[in-house]
Amino acid sequence: MATRGVGSVVEMARRGEGDSDALLRRGNRGARSEQLAAGLGWFSIGLGVAELVAPHAVARAIGLKGRGVTPALTRLCGLREVASGAGILSERRPAAWVWSRVVGDVMDLALLAAGFAARGANRSRLAVATAAVAGVTVVDALCAQELAGPSRVSVQTTAEGTLRVRRRTTVNRPPDALYRFWRDFSNAPRFMQRVEAVQASGERRTHWRAKGPAGLAVEWDAELTEERPGELIAWRSLGDTPFRHSGIVRFEPAPAGRGTVVTVEMEYAPPGGAVTATAAKLIGYAPEQQLQEDLRRFKQIMETGLVVMAQSPAEPSRPLASGGA
Amino acid sequence: MRATCWMGKTDVRVQQVPEPTIVNERDAIVRISSTAICGSDLHLYNGFVPTMQSGDIVGHEFMGEVVETGPAVQNLKAGDRVVVPFPIACGACAQCRRGLFSLCENTNPNAWMAEKLWGYSPAGIYGYSHLTGGYPGGQAEYARVPFADVNPLKIPAGMADEQALFLSDILPTGYMGAEMCNIQPGDTLAVWGCGPVGQFAIKSARLLGAEGVIAIDRFPYRLRIARERAGATETINYEEIDIYDALKDLTGGRGPDACIDAVGLEAHLPGALGAYGRIKQATGLESDRPHALREAIMACRNGGTVSIIGVYGGFIDKFPIGSLMNRSLTIKTGQCHVQRYMKPLLERIQKGEIDPSFVITHRLRLDEAARGYDMFLNKYDDCLKVVLTP
Repeated sequence: MATRGVGSVVEMARRGEGDSDALLRRGNRGARSEQLAAGLGWFSIGLGVAELVAPHAVARAIGLKGRGVTPALTRLCGLREVASGAGILSERRPAAWVWSRVVGDVMDLALLAAGFAARGANRSRLAVATAAVAGVTVVDALCAQELAGPSRVSVQTTAEGTLRVRRRTTVNRPPDALYRFWRDFSNAPRFMQRVEAVQASGERRTHWRAKGPAGLAVEWDAELTEERPGELIAWRSLGDTPFRHSGIVRFEPAPAGRGTVVTVEMEYAPPGGAVTATAAKLIGYAPEQQLQEDLRRFKQIMETGLVVMAQSPAEPSRPLASGGA
Repeated sequence: MRATCWMGKTDVRVQQVPEPTIVNERDAIVRISSTAICGSDLHLYNGFVPTMQSGDIVGHEFMGEVVETGPAVQNLKAGDRVVVPFPIACGACAQCRRGLFSLCENTNPNAWMAEKLWGYSPAGIYGYSHLTGGYPGGQAEYARVPFADVNPLKIPAGMADEQALFLSDILPTGYMGAEMCNIQPGDTLAVWGCGPVGQFAIKSARLLGAEGVIAIDRFPYRLRIARERAGATETINYEEIDIYDALKDLTGGRGPDACIDAVGLEAHLPGALGAYGRIKQATGLESDRPHALREAIMACRNGGTVSIIGVYGGFIDKFPIGSLMNRSLTIKTGQCHVQRYMKPLLERIQKGEIDPSFVITHRLRLDEAARGYDMFLNKYDDCLKVVLTP
């Protein structure tokens, strides 16, 4: 993956685009899903026109005989495809039209299943066609799902396939104190749950060791890219690490002495890009939630001096095996 | 040590568990001398509070003697007698500084769970499900008290446990319920529910100058205590008398100036409507049965206040928003900010203005906790409040 995108959070923040206002105005739902929808729209129209103009050839290509009711059914499917495609391409929010593709996919799968029983059908061609439609169904469903919801400020997928995560918390302490604690990166393991150790390896460089997914150790070097005492700290990973990222934390005084608003923005380039990111989402991994929990611990330490725990993790207060008293 | 553990729906047992230890520098360990079963423990008991796990230690009303303190706790030492407020506060966040201690921003380690259900998280609470932190509770021999430098209140020498114990929850909760009514001279209040919290709300309303307090319940013994001990001026048994009709009459046709819901999510209602509510709750169409709340809103005078101190957990059906909006009602509510009230109420107890022990009907050993829950839930033997001694 190209390093494009990494470091852009810092640039964005410099340009002032990292402000929530700007993000909210832009309402970025992830350019990727919109591009994908447009692609699916053109695909619909192309397939639809072929089915309308040359139903016999299409039928033969997928392993059916171009006789009987087949050409008429193929033309009907073509009409449906053209309608879905035109709908997707003409709407600003095409989620419903992408869902219409999902419905169409299911119909196609049913027709293909019926095709297996038809006399003179080419089973192997049918099997290939069925697999292709099944694959497209998954893409359609994922795309529709991503388009359907409103976009979230806390997590976005960029057109380049990077993940942009953003969280804010308000801490009842002045900006300077928070800045100093964060700037001493050796404090990071106290509030960043996955980080195990941070060592200085140069004037502006640090070496990080963390628990990755499935307990795997991940290590990387990071470089301080910008710092303004009491205001912001920006950094990015160096070299070829699986956790390629950049980040910025800003400390802004809240109005009327209400402490400090802390804003963290990070941009990840997950190995495997958007596919990995989508797969991670499907199994419930939420990087924005991880960042939220890290910020919660940061606030606890800064306000109370410690990380709050409900009970001793070493010896939890649970009934002993020996049972009743 | 022995501790009361929630093992499942309507199943609590006293079990052997490891003794708590100092986890953080601001912790203290308290050897519990008295602890009580709260009405809200019955919601756990009946399985209405999500995220309980089998083996969780319950109890959030307790007091005792400090036996150990973390290095950062300077104001307490071993041997001090303290009463512990049920919400855990850090004392430093913006909400604690505002005095809204039950909304402490730092003490719920499972804040994410509460955020999913409620939007934002309140403070951690002892023995009250994992939604509010999963802290081991105080119906036990010992408890770990986090942020011991800001939470517990020292009890003056010579004051009996039974005078001080209810400063942990139900006395301040009842008092806050009355205080939220902003009582003016001549005001008449109505209080739904004559459990211990309702009794203290009635008593507090009189202390704060209410001219009349109308107590509502369905158990004659509870109404009698409300009249004779808490100072209710009128009582209504809702199984015999229509509440709205009676309140309208008792308040000269205006309605009570303020209504307090000291019932919460397991309200009862006789007849078909009550059965309908139970079916909806059982089938998950609503998590809470808001009969008392609906009545309190409908009965309140125009421009009056509805104060909710009964516990709700989730979602309700048929909320009379039209009545609320068109008649300029004010709703005030919250888990009690106990730390705000403990000292002033301790003074009232010392002055003899209130003797909180009047609600106690049963004194049991900790080992008899299961019997205590059963009695309190089913109102056997005119049970109003159970105090347990480890």
